Amino acid sequence: MAIEYLGLSEINGPLVALEGVQDAAYDEIVEFSINDGEDKKIGRIIEIYGDKAVIQVFEGSEGMSLTNTHTKLTGHPMEVALSTDILGRTFNGIGVPIDGLGPIDAEERRDVNGMPLNPVSREYPRNYIRTGISAIDCLTTLIRGQKLPIFSGNGLPHDQLAAQIVNQSSLGDDTDEEFAVVFAAMGVKHDVAEYFQKTFEESGASEHVVMFLNMANDPVVERLITPKVALTVAEYLAYEKGMHILVVLTDMTTYAEAMREVSSSKGEIPSRKGYPGYLYSELATLYERAGIVEGASGSVTQIPILTMPNDDITHPIPDLTGYITEGQIVLDRGLNGQSLYPPINVLPSLSRLMKDGIGEGYTRDDHQDVANQLFSSYAKVGDARALASVIGEDELSPTDKKYLEFGRAFESEFVGQGPNVNRTITQTLDLGWKLLHLLPKEELDRIDTKIMDKYYDITGGTVSTDEENGSNED
Amino acid sequence: MEKASKIYGINGPVVYIKGKTDFQMGEMVYVSEERLVGEVIGLTSEMTTIQVYEETSGLKPGELVYGTGSAIFVTLAPGILNNIFDGIERPLSEIKRESGAFIKRGVSVDSLDTGKLWDTHITIKEGDYITGGTIIAEVQETRAIVHKSMIPPTLSGTVVSVMKDGRYTIDDTIAVLKKDDGTEVELTLTQKWPIRTPRPIAKRYPSSIPLITGQRILDTLFPIAKGGTAAIPGGFGTGKTMSQHQIAKWSDADIIIYIGCGERGNEMTQVLEEFSELIDPRSGNPLMDRTTLIANTSNMPVAAREASIYTGITLAEYYRDMGYHVAIMADSTSRWAEALRELSGRLEEMPAEEGFPAYLASRLSAFYERAGYMENLNGTEGSVSIIGAVSPQGGDFSEPVTQNTKRFVRCFWGLDKSLAYARHYPAIHWLTSYSEYMTDLSNWYNTHVDIDFVECRNKILAILNKESELMEIVKLIGSDVLPDDQKLTLEIARIIRLGFLQQNAFHPEDTCVPLEKQLKMMRTILYLNDRCSDIISLGIPVSVLKEQNLFEKIISIKYDVANNELEKFDDYKQLIDNFHATIMAKHA
Repeated sequence: MAIEYLGLSEINGPLVALEGVQDAAYDEIVEFSINDGEDKKIGRIIEIYGDKAVIQVFEGSEGMSLTNTHTKLTGHPMEVALSTDILGRTFNGIGVPIDGLGPIDAEERRDVNGMPLNPVSREYPRNYIRTGISAIDCLTTLIRGQKLPIFSGNGLPHDQLAAQIVNQSSLGDDTDEEFAVVFAAMGVKHDVAEYFQKTFEESGASEHVVMFLNMANDPVVERLITPKVALTVAEYLAYEKGMHILVVLTDMTTYAEAMREVSSSKGEIPSRKGYPGYLYSELATLYERAGIVEGASGSVTQIPILTMPNDDITHPIPDLTGYITEGQIVLDRGLNGQSLYPPINVLPSLSRLMKDGIGEGYTRDDHQDVANQLFSSYAKVGDARALASVIGEDELSPTDKKYLEFGRAFESEFVGQGPNVNRTITQTLDLGWKLLHLLPKEELDRIDTKIMDKYYDITGGTVSTDEENGSNED
Repeated sequence: MEKASKIYGINGPVVYIKGKTDFQMGEMVYVSEERLVGEVIGLTSEMTTIQVYEETSGLKPGELVYGTGSAIFVTLAPGILNNIFDGIERPLSEIKRESGAFIKRGVSVDSLDTGKLWDTHITIKEGDYITGGTIIAEVQETRAIVHKSMIPPTLSGTVVSVMKDGRYTIDDTIAVLKKDDGTEVELTLTQKWPIRTPRPIAKRYPSSIPLITGQRILDTLFPIAKGGTAAIPGGFGTGKTMSQHQIAKWSDADIIIYIGCGERGNEMTQVLEEFSELIDPRSGNPLMDRTTLIANTSNMPVAAREASIYTGITLAEYYRDMGYHVAIMADSTSRWAEALRELSGRLEEMPAEEGFPAYLASRLSAFYERAGYMENLNGTEGSVSIIGAVSPQGGDFSEPVTQNTKRFVRCFWGLDKSLAYARHYPAIHWLTSYSEYMTDLSNWYNTHVDIDFVECRNKILAILNKESELMEIVKLIGSDVLPDDQKLTLEIARIIRLGFLQQNAFHPEDTCVPLEKQLKMMRTILYLNDRCSDIISLGIPVSVLKEQNLFEKIISIKYDVANNELEKFDDYKQLIDNFHATIMAKHA
């Protein structure tokens, strides 16, 4: 371990090769000392053939030459220092503090790669998280331990939505339980990072936030480690310290781009759109680290944000993500153009875990039926609109006209609730009923007869609480 | 006897050994002192290539690789059912006991419980001459299933001694066999079988019996035969997993092998929890009693994901050999294909379409061809049906995995995004889906359900096809301008879509529907169509028909008529007749 190797045999982008190494292990971390300690960098061994190791340099290989670098093996994989003191701290992409408060007094150190969670040890997530946002609470309910990404595009308010979810859900009803937010930024713009920092401070949550920031101009390789470090911290806080953790990962697209960049400099065979064949496995090892472990009181809930290149949901990154995560919240440019916030397009949005976390005992017995009916009716709005654009709105049948009216009300009142409104689930469901009253009763074919009898008449016309003033107290 | 060679290079899950080795192609090996399980996948005189089924970080060149002399195999014995394994048949609950909530590397556990004593009834006697596949003992494996232990297909000879009925572990000798060459073999309840080799059979039968799933769109419109193959392709969120769960829960197979291949951990947990609680309507026992789960979730090592499909099908073939009807749910075969692609990329093979290796098609066909309705070596009949989910990239069915799968399956249940968006579940689209088994099975339906079953089915499908033609016109000019008979077709098609095709998996009555009820529902809808056509032909507009909410009543038959009170359908016939009479009286 004490052996230092002088010089390198090859430098190619962020990858360097070292020959004549003894006892190097796959995935081991190495330390570089450049120009006699003038600069220090770390790297990871990503390939070994005999005595030749290919090393990925996290901070980028600038300033390294074939002769001025000393390399030392550390004998362990990438690790992160853990302790409850990390709450409220800010780190760079590989877990080094950058807030000037000095290093962490580590309780323990852990391998950032984590280990796969045994499906037998998982607890099926059932507790719903109230976000106060109708489109999410009613139609794509967020469940504790879920991974629910936001599919967005450039210029859409995904950051604002993520911040709102974090603020309203964590400061919601169950303040007696310990919560914390782990925020991992991969290649984000400085103002985005600042926006989050500011929002957390304003809401008084920053004491409970751990931030990992890899900015857009930080080394690319570093951001491949950022989410792993963040999730290791999240797992530690959740399963060792019993806290409920919300992990925000932004932007997954940049992360995947970084993977492609490194893969191509390694000379690997590309698969779809030049991304490496292991893109799915890599994304899965991140997303699957959400969950609840049997016997532990904490949980890890993930809200990854990704910007769909050219708003294309079939692009490999959103596509593979959708296959791994338990649903998705899709933002829509059209709704955003109408200045509706949050511009959630509910039709492609989905929460796979909601069916077991809603209904009697969780939210309200009519939740599933109302959600199904809203989805189904709103899908018909699309047909009516398509028809109206061909034959004109005046020519539509009375029922289709009602659908248009419903569609407008649904978008402006139900979805576009505005950034400062925090609705209870009762308000949300009652509003759903109110909107359904705009349609002829016989069009409501997804609602069970019993539920219909129980709620249809009492929910006519009015909503139980006035939601215009954006009541933050329940 | 252990052969050992030194590691030369490591790249992800692939490990290289330099120089010539004695390993065989496909041999199972243990890598390093941690004894990580691996398999030899390439041999040249310069280099041996090994794929490792576990995380390789921390491996060093110079560490040893140990050969086992045998191909990668599964252990077949009582204890497989009501259990959950990883991709190479290691029980996850044992792994949990060994390594806690997270799966550590190099965990060494027995595939099956070797300590458990099984009440064994021995079915052979001294002096019997037995051949490969003969059943030698019976064990009540779970409340629902009797496990029939067989001698390996390759063995035959005379039984020279037999133990009495009693309690034995899977490794205890229960009989001794003298082979034809005079050597003696001790027989136990256990046999081993390499996962990549199909178990031998006596004969293949054509498909003639349907696998009843209780799902209306499948059973009536696009049925799968016992021993058949089906693919469920669909983009994310269209309900592949949900459809697989429904079939696993309610189909009339004796044994279900559920392979979670590269999918979500929470889904496997859900299956495990739900199936332990749910009761099989046929046997009255928990569903887990007939189920085995193979879970290789997306965050578990990629090489084991590739193997999990083969592990699953080998277990299925083993139960088929006992004379059972087995159904395999493979969720999802795309993840398996991607595992192939990932490994192929690491091996720097020449990629074909979309980066998939050129042998994708042959691997897929080899897998699907292991399905079938067979006569086994021991004379029993059994079947293996494969229902494979496909996750096409971007929901585009023209990608290589879907296209190649389509060539080798005979049933195609295409999931549709727009149906899923409208929460029409199951989102199987009636226009893109097909079943080649319909003609093979029509005889069965007509004799076992009723003579008009296939006729009704064809009429229903015809109305749906007619609707889609009409919808083309409606999209352009609206429905108001259509003549009344065509408007009626749209109304009836709506009833079929909402009242028949849509099925609520969470409704206690609607989640699984017997064939008799499916037929009666079809008959009622078609009868309504007849009576309404009759009214329309007299020049009475459709709007009159809609004044009474009879259509809505027909739609909610699925909820209102319980599966055990089918006599209620007579009331609906009466209702339709009254409806007809009222309108005729008013407008005559």
